[in-house]
This record gives sequence, C-alpha cells and structure tokens, in this order.
Amino acid sequence: MKKNHIVISSLVVISLLFALAAYFYSAQQTETKTKLATQNAKALIPFHAIKKGDPNAKVTIVEFLDPACGTCKQFHPVIKELLKKYPKKINLVVRYAPLHPGSDQMVAILESARSQGQFWNVLDIMFESQEFWTINHQAKPNLFWPYLKGYGLDVESIQQGMKNPKISKIIQQDLSDGQLLGATKTPTFFVNGKPLSSFGFEQLMSLVQSELEANY
Amino acid sequence: MIFQQENNSTSWTLIFSAWLIAFVSSLGSLFFSEVMELVPCVLCWYQRIFMFPLAIILLVGLFPLDKKVVNYALPIAIIGLLFTLYHCLLFFGFIPENLQPCSKGVSCADDSMELFGFLPIPLLSLIAFLIIIVLLLKTRMQQ
Repeated sequence: MKKNHIVISSLVVISLLFALAAYFYSAQQTETKTKLATQNAKALIPFHAIKKGDPNAKVTIVEFLDPACGTCKQFHPVIKELLKKYPKKINLVVRYAPLHPGSDQMVAILESARSQGQFWNVLDIMFESQEFWTINHQAKPNLFWPYLKGYGLDVESIQQGMKNPKISKIIQQDLSDGQLLGATKTPTFFVNGKPLSSFGFEQLMSLVQSELEANY
Repeated sequence: MIFQQENNSTSWTLIFSAWLIAFVSSLGSLFFSEVMELVPCVLCWYQRIFMFPLAIILLVGLFPLDKKVVNYALPIAIIGLLFTLYHCLLFFGFIPENLQPCSKGVSCADDSMELFGFLPIPLLSLIAFLIIIVLLLKTRMQQ
C-alpha cells in the first residue's frame, strides 16, 4: 500500500469512527433523556406552573425557558403560532430555567405581572425588548423598566409584587425540577412528557405533529 | 541512496504516528465537547489550541514528506505540553485550589473530566503531547 493511501485511509476510517460513535452516543442519550422524563413525570407540571390554552387539550408542551435566552426569544413566536393553530388540541406549560445571571429577577417580574393578570403580555414585551436589557448575557432588570412603562404597565406595583417570598420558592422549585428532568439548557421542550431527540424548530414541530396524530 | 530511502521511511512512520495521535486527540476532545457536551475548561481550551494545529501541520508534512515539519510542530507541541503539565498538577491537587485560574465556568479540577469514571482527560492529554514530542524528537535525530 502506498504511504499516501495509508494516510488517507486512516483519515477516513478515524472520521467514520467518530461519526459512528457520535451517532450511537446521541441515540443512547435520547433514550436516557426519555427515561429521565418518564421517571420524573410528576415534576413536569406542578400546580404553580403557568398554563395557556385549552386545559382539555391532549397535547401539552412544557417549555423550560429563560427570559434572557436568545433562542427562547426565537422560539416564542413559533410556540404562539402553534397554540393559535390548534387552540383545542395543544396547550402550553411554562417553567422557568433562569440560567443567565440576573434572570431570576426577570422571572420575579413575570411572576409579579402574573398576579396582575399580565404574564403573557409582559413575557411578550420582555422577549421583544430582550436585546436592550441583556448586556453580555446578563439580565439587567433596570434597563427593562422603561419598556414596561412604555406599554402603559404599572411599574411600581409590579416592583412591589416582586417582593413576594413565594416567587423565590417557585424559582427554586423550577430549577430543581429542571435538574431532575435534564432541562439544563434553554429552551428545553417536553411534548406530552417526551423530550426532543435533538434540538431545533423542525424537531419540535415533528414531535408535536406525531403527538397530534397519536391523540386525535 | 538506499540509506537515504530507509531514513525517509523511518521519518515518515514517525511523523505519521505523531499525526495519528494528534488527529485522534483532536477528534477525541471534539467528541467530549460537541457530542458529550462537556464544556471545556479554560486550560482544556489552551491545550486544544495547541493540539488542533498539530493535526493539520503534521498532515501537511506528509504530503509530500517534509521532515522540516518537525521545526514547526515541535514548539507547538512543547507549549501544549506545558499547559497539560500545569493542568495535571492542578487536577491531581499538587497546586492548591486558590491558584486555579478558572474559578468561573467549569472548574479545571472538576470530576466531570474523568472519562469512564477513572481516566482523567488531562492525563490523556499529557500522554498524547508526550508521545508526539518523543516522536518528533526522534524524527529530528534522523536528519
């Protein structure tokens, strides 16, 4: 065998081995993730979680999100579209995974807004203005207040509501449930308790589609 | 003439082996970070910075065989080895905790760096850099 051939075939063989190992590893990971989610199914939808859509819908999307996460912002309109498209068939549960520094403050704003019936409104505003109040992947609540004011919301009463001690308990609960379920990145989706095999818009869509077909 | 050919053949084998190790190490570290999603710590990054170019430069040195590649590859490998040595000392606790350069993000002395629960990644890196350096030095002696 010529020396050049030896080099090229080693290159090809090792690269192939890499691809194979990667394939098997992720297949196995998906299996463990699914197992983790089924074992801890009770942690998926606690009483305190925010829900949207028809409670009788047979397809439930649970989303662990971080208000300061750019990918969550990108998924936000997609999820809204899904809920609009299948109002009777799909509902949504939002869980918090405030993994960025300062995000817990943003969650506190959301929870406070929730007690005033403004949760979804404020979440929309938050994602819309995200680039202006996140600096170097850090959430800066102080930069967010002008946007809330701009939309005619009562900033002071929301700030007052953030002091509620229940909020930090909810955040703790969501963080530990996230750990339990393997939701260590944002956003993490579960559709009827099933995690995505790999991350992406299309993967989410096809999982939702298959659950719709299975249940209707 | 025959002596020259044999000499070339040995050099080729040495450089090829060094490349093989650099290539496997590079892909291995990519496997840890991209497939297993272990976040590389700061010291791991520095070692990667010096391992990745070896996989390229040694390959170039094989097409066609250019023994001078040792001159370029050796400094890279030695700097990589220094980082690895430091990392191993840190990992096995010879350098105290408060001297750690990576307090934020992933700790360089973290347990997650143990492959299969017993093979520390810094040790693998140390072995790889050491073998590469020995092979390159041997190539140099051939000249």
